[in-house]
Amino acid sequence: MEKRVVFRSAWLPYALVAPQIVITILFFFWPAVQAVWYSFQLQDAFGLKTQFVGLQNYANLFKDGNYVDSFKVTALFSVLVAFFGIAISLLLATMADRVLRGAMAYKTLLIWPYAVAPAIAGVLWAFLFAPSIGIVTYVLKGWGIDWNWIIKGDQAMLLVVIAAVWNQISYNFLFFLAGLQSVPRSLIEAAAIDGASPLRRFWTIVFPLLSPTTFFLLVVNIVFAFFATFGIIDATTQGGPGQATNILVYKVYHDGVKAADLGGSSAQSVILMFIVIALTVVQFRFVERKVQY
Amino acid sequence: MRRSLVWLFLAAFCGVVQAQQPIQFWHAMGGALGAELDALVQRFNDSQKDYRVVAEHKGSYEDTMIGALAAQRAGTGPHLVQVYEVGTAHMMAAKSSMRPLAQVMSENGERLEAKAFPPAVAGYFSDNSGHLLALPFNVSTPILFYNKDAFRKANLDPEKPPKTWYEMPKVMVPILEAGFHCAYTTVWPSWVQIENMSTWHNQDFASKDNGLGGLDAKLIFNTHLMVRHVSMLSSWARAGYFTYSGRRIEGEQRFEKGECAMVTSSSSSAADLRRNAKFEFGVAQLPHYDDIRGAPHHSVLGGAGLWVLAGKKGPEYRGAAKFLAWLARPEVQAEWHQRTGYVPVTRAAYDLTAQKGFYKQNPGQEIAIRQLLLNNPTRESRGIRLGRMQEIRLILEQELESVWDGSVPPKLALDRAAERGNALLRQFEREHRSGVEPAAPQRVPRKK
Repeated sequence: MEKRVVFRSAWLPYALVAPQIVITILFFFWPAVQAVWYSFQLQDAFGLKTQFVGLQNYANLFKDGNYVDSFKVTALFSVLVAFFGIAISLLLATMADRVLRGAMAYKTLLIWPYAVAPAIAGVLWAFLFAPSIGIVTYVLKGWGIDWNWIIKGDQAMLLVVIAAVWNQISYNFLFFLAGLQSVPRSLIEAAAIDGASPLRRFWTIVFPLLSPTTFFLLVVNIVFAFFATFGIIDATTQGGPGQATNILVYKVYHDGVKAADLGGSSAQSVILMFIVIALTVVQFRFVERKVQY
Repeated sequence: MRRSLVWLFLAAFCGVVQAQQPIQFWHAMGGALGAELDALVQRFNDSQKDYRVVAEHKGSYEDTMIGALAAQRAGTGPHLVQVYEVGTAHMMAAKSSMRPLAQVMSENGERLEAKAFPPAVAGYFSDNSGHLLALPFNVSTPILFYNKDAFRKANLDPEKPPKTWYEMPKVMVPILEAGFHCAYTTVWPSWVQIENMSTWHNQDFASKDNGLGGLDAKLIFNTHLMVRHVSMLSSWARAGYFTYSGRRIEGEQRFEKGECAMVTSSSSSAADLRRNAKFEFGVAQLPHYDDIRGAPHHSVLGGAGLWVLAGKKGPEYRGAAKFLAWLARPEVQAEWHQRTGYVPVTRAAYDLTAQKGFYKQNPGQEIAIRQLLLNNPTRESRGIRLGRMQEIRLILEQELESVWDGSVPPKLALDRAAERGNALLRQFEREHRSGVEPAAPQRVPRKK
């Protein structure tokens, strides 16, 4: 089923896509090229002195044990965010799918968190879990748990994962709900007549049919965890304690914006760019064709 | 009614026509300190007609500096910017972005000599030939704040704060037993516990006079004394004596709320504490180790200087010079010092404050200046001035955090911090040794 529009004029199609192309070049390609160019340079904070250093910035990065550690932290963080983000929203979506009365209200409420900017989500959760004044901290203390993410790295990681997952659940929820509603009723009913339990119906019929959606969400969530979460980190742990939550994108932001090390930061963002490219290729190759929107 | 409105518009219009030269001034003073600074700026603006200083609070020190750097790159930088001590080396290295204070002053007929400032202060903000590059404005140093009410509750003498680190547990234990959960905390751990504790015991944080002597300085803070100090704090942290609050001023906030009984914090915390603390607080000298010879020596200077940026026009510099000269006046400095807790940066301001008997009534206010000037400044105690200092601090904070949670032993953490920091210093050296510096951007800033 191909939809093809034939233009009579030779220039009209180009004129129509031109704005898009201009915007893409101006705001995406141009900065990307600049980042690549900067990554080969050493610059002072004012941008007054510049020298070409070749691959020195990259070499420095991989000599720095912390940068390599940052990869591990990022990997752990994104796996946790993607897994819990998908698992929880799938659970919520299956629940919401069964609701008969007031379904709209449930759905709307579940979509709300997506409207909250990641930085605000971070602050919200940081308040709840604040070591001295947080409500959750108070409850945890009652249970004998010493909650202090300012010192304890694993707790800090947990905090940013919770904030990120909470922020991302709504998005996943929307896709799962749409996916669930497109599962043919007849299949489920047939299985029910054959005596399959609800759980079995879910795992053998619904879940496999949802797998393209799940795979798509997996890629999107990993990209989210990789790139969109620096607001959460900046508002809460700032990469600490130690290096416990210093994910790659936060390090790019910190080194470039705060520490004014443009060369090193650009080199890091070029590396990140290659990761995105890889993820996008994966998405297009394996997912894009199968996913049902 | 209508007529008076017309007049009002006309008056406003005339005001616009003979516009005063605006002087943009970006600063990082919030809260009580910001209110004090705004009051000073207002008074300067009222005192003359030619210039109007427009003070803008740009957020934290970090944000202010980042903002000014970015604006200057784009040719729209302010005339004056407040840069914290961590950024001093960056500003000095970027010679064509800023205009040395001494030059601005002499070109515009304002008198301001380096001699007016105590050597420790002047030295920090001068180049190697003794010319002031920036105006030392809000200079502070860490001191010990303690909650007198908490001391009373713990049956301790509120007039006898601990003097040495060895005396600390003697007050911390009763305080904890009196029901406090946090006996002692700190702000800016790198600044207070490493930078200051080094100079306080007459030891270097970095070679080459703590970086003042050249770009090839190396970090050497991983001394026996520092390992010992960090080990002690780490064992205190595990015993619940010392509470780590965060990398910045979170400790001051906890003290202010009455949660922590003692905090080592900037002397300028006094302004906010006087306004917000609901208890009586006392101030004392930083604790020291009395078994180290020559201690206490000097604490290290913190706070900020006011820098004049390059690429502006003659009249703008005249206004900036006038404002800076006004700020350095003894009576202005004395008042700023008395109201904020910053150190009086000129001798005249100190003498004026002393003459008025201010220190007799507020003995705590003299502690910071005494700490900075306690002994004649040796070269190494003038301050720490290193490139990439902001990152070096971050590295120290990171490594210290892994000490507090017990995952890394103190010596390893300090060694690692020095090693990582030295790599940055070498990079900074490379950035500024070679490479061609093009002519200063002479673009005229866009009018707002």
